Amino acid sequence: MTRTLHRFSGGLHLDTHKHESRDVPSMLVPLPGQIILPLKQHIGLAARPLVNPGERVLKGQIIAEPEGYVSVPVHATTSGVVRDIGDYHIPHPFGIREPCIVIDADGLDELFPIEAVTDYAALTPQALQEIIRDRGIAGLGGAGFPAHVKLKEGVDNAVDTLIINGVECEPYITCDDRLIREKAMYVVSGARMIRHAVNAKHCVIAVEEDMPEAHDALAGHITAHDDIELVRVPTRYPAGGEKQLIQVLTGKEVPSGGFSINIGIIVHNVATAAAVYRAVTRGEPLISRYVTVTGEVKTPRNLQVLLGTPVSDCLKLCGYEDSNDTRIIVGGPMMGTQVRDCNIPVTKTTNCIIVRRKIPPIQELPCIRCGRCADVCPVNLLPQQLYLYAKADRFDETRQHHLFDCIECGCCSCVCPSHIPLVQYYRYAKFEIALEEQRRQGATRAEQRFLNRKRRLQQRQEVKQKQKAGSTTTATESGDTDADRKAFVRAAVARTRSRKERGTDR
Amino acid sequence: MREVVIALVPGILVYALVVHWGVLVQCLLAVLFALAAEAVMLRVRGLPVKLFLFDYSVIITALLYALCISPLTPWWINLCGILFAVMLVKHAYGGLGGNLFNPAMAGFVFVLLSFPADMNVWPAVYSLHSGSPGLLDTLALIFSGRDSIADIDAISAATPLTHMQSQLGGMNMIGEFTTDPRYGLVAGTGLEWVAITFLAAGLWLVFRKIIAWQMPATVIATLFLVSLVFYGFDAGVYASPLFHVFTVSTLLGAFFIVTDPVSSATTATGRLIFAAGVGLMTWVIRSWGAYPDGFAFAVLFMNALVPLLDHFTRPRVLGEAVDN
Ligand code: SF4
Ligand code: SF4
Repeated sequence: MTRTLHRFSGGLHLDTHKHESRDVPSMLVPLPGQIILPLKQHIGLAARPLVNPGERVLKGQIIAEPEGYVSVPVHATTSGVVRDIGDYHIPHPFGIREPCIVIDADGLDELFPIEAVTDYAALTPQALQEIIRDRGIAGLGGAGFPAHVKLKEGVDNAVDTLIINGVECEPYITCDDRLIREKAMYVVSGARMIRHAVNAKHCVIAVEEDMPEAHDALAGHITAHDDIELVRVPTRYPAGGEKQLIQVLTGKEVPSGGFSINIGIIVHNVATAAAVYRAVTRGEPLISRYVTVTGEVKTPRNLQVLLGTPVSDCLKLCGYEDSNDTRIIVGGPMMGTQVRDCNIPVTKTTNCIIVRRKIPPIQELPCIRCGRCADVCPVNLLPQQLYLYAKADRFDETRQHHLFDCIECGCCSCVCPSHIPLVQYYRYAKFEIALEEQRRQGATRAEQRFLNRKRRLQQRQEVKQKQKAGSTTTATESGDTDADRKAFVRAAVARTRSRKERGTDR
Repeated sequence: MREVVIALVPGILVYALVVHWGVLVQCLLAVLFALAAEAVMLRVRGLPVKLFLFDYSVIITALLYALCISPLTPWWINLCGILFAVMLVKHAYGGLGGNLFNPAMAGFVFVLLSFPADMNVWPAVYSLHSGSPGLLDTLALIFSGRDSIADIDAISAATPLTHMQSQLGGMNMIGEFTTDPRYGLVAGTGLEWVAITFLAAGLWLVFRKIIAWQMPATVIATLFLVSLVFYGFDAGVYASPLFHVFTVSTLLGAFFIVTDPVSSATTATGRLIFAAGVGLMTWVIRSWGAYPDGFAFAVLFMNALVPLLDHFTRPRVLGEAVDN
């Protein structure tokens, strides 16, 4: 095609490790005995449960409704009886629990009656958005932004370019590659529908240079009359990051603190496009997704997993044997999080499960200000400064240094000669700031306040437990927020090392 | 950082062969003193001694410091500089990564200002003077000081930079005294070979991607350009660009001292300004200042500017300009 590509700053050429799983056809995961569905698998507010324990639900039935605008419903992914609504572990860097609906599957997989649309072009954009929202579609690329919100923004503002993102830049992950190869028609049709819904002038589907099969599969479904550009972008991490991809394809920069729609662009993941296709033409809600299972398992491959299926089921299916010298990462090796517990569910944003050998904890050394982290940061941040401030709990300064522009790509941690897990510090700082914000907002509403307090106490409790379990020092004074923060750092910077080895903090 | 130590070795050996072997004694003493001081400070601060002692950072500091002082420096002066560098400049500021000033340069300047007379005893280069200090004189100087030598002038000689400064101070023109054999081809007999060795070692480090080329190149280019301008302006009072560049401190400094990440700016632009500043200030002090060599002062001066440089050269974050 004729589009001239641009460069984003920083970035890394990584070992892709894709061949292990990319060429094996995907497999359906059998129905699990129990399904755990977090009420919040997307960015925004958690959905509100509509069912009670003991109630029977059908596959595809809405069991929690969206709370507010930036929210999507949750659907039962199989038929069965609601066993519990309560807090369970979810994939999260700090291992926290969030409200989930647990369903005991009855094995019948009985469908909730659904309605399909035959001619989407006859629908108004609003109607399409509604369908997309009602089918629970949140971005499947990783962040989980509710799809209808992006579409609504797209209708309200003139959309110049719609980008369908198939640039799977993180190592090991091949779920989008596999999805495109197996369901290219869904992706292209979904792209057409989204384009219709936002009335975009241009539409680009982007894949990486090292995904030739996916490229060809897509090319086979794009007709001349579609006017869809299919672009291959150079393989460099994180080319698939939304802001980086926009920069590569258009040369434009998403405003700091803003959204892509501010410059007339919306980006959806290929899997989201496929989900839109299914939602519209078949009425199917988002209840399953492709997940790559790779690393130290017998048969690395992609699975089609019902949401809510425990990660352990997926692992077992790929020949993983529980062992003490492996660790499990949900998400990619760069941006994913290590999980302690395999019973956490696959959610809308779970793209990959990696089993890796445990490595002896690497001693974190002082920052020597070498600036390598800054050289590779695709957002042009100064990771070394952010790190200093985050470590010292100086959150105002972290914000001044654009903490919230950090996309947590992990490039900085990857090159740091002092082995500082930089991203962990940023996550910690973001988490703390969000908590603080929550506190401030909570002050206006008594009910909210009560809930927040409960949440906070719980988290503290957990931190303390972790602290007790993971550290040889005696517990710090209870209720002291400072001590809590320190404990969070310790949890966040999950390096098991004894206090002695590490010495006292500066 | 091990490579940096390795890269320093050939230069030290050439130095010992063509200038004076006393440099080996200084290096040895400095490294021993520095390791001891570092171990004490780590212990005092409750840090894991084993982990940090041999991270090479303090060894590099010691070697750079030893290369700045005269090969004939008395041991207690060597010790004073090291203690100052390691205990105050490095650890009092938070240890590795926290220090504002380059410890080696700060230590050197500290002893230079504290012991001006002793610091000014430089050996005559082997190939020029049969009077170059021999074994006994050298040991006497290092271990009992200059008072133990009857005629110190017989065995010492001003370095080209010092010589030039005093000659210019005496209203002589450069063309008149640079015929003195000590000036060698461009920047001092013997010394220029040491400088070239450091240049080669520095290029090797660049090639191995241990250090980035931008900073050394900027230092050298800046120094070359300013000296070229003034040399063109009045070659009788201003030394030639080649003389400036091929002086040991320039090439050692450009590749090994300015590239110390800790005490230099941390942003890409900041680092370039830092390097250019060092080049410029070196020339200014050498040409107009009270000290014959200005490299160490230039580095310390720029060290002090680092917080400002970092603040004002923060890169534009992606999407920042289009903010409002
Ligand atoms: S890469 Fe690591 S050591 Fe270097 S400046 Fe960044 S944080 Fe510091
Ligand atoms: S994780 Fe954040 S700070 Fe680090 S390189 Fe990526 S965007 Fe930059």
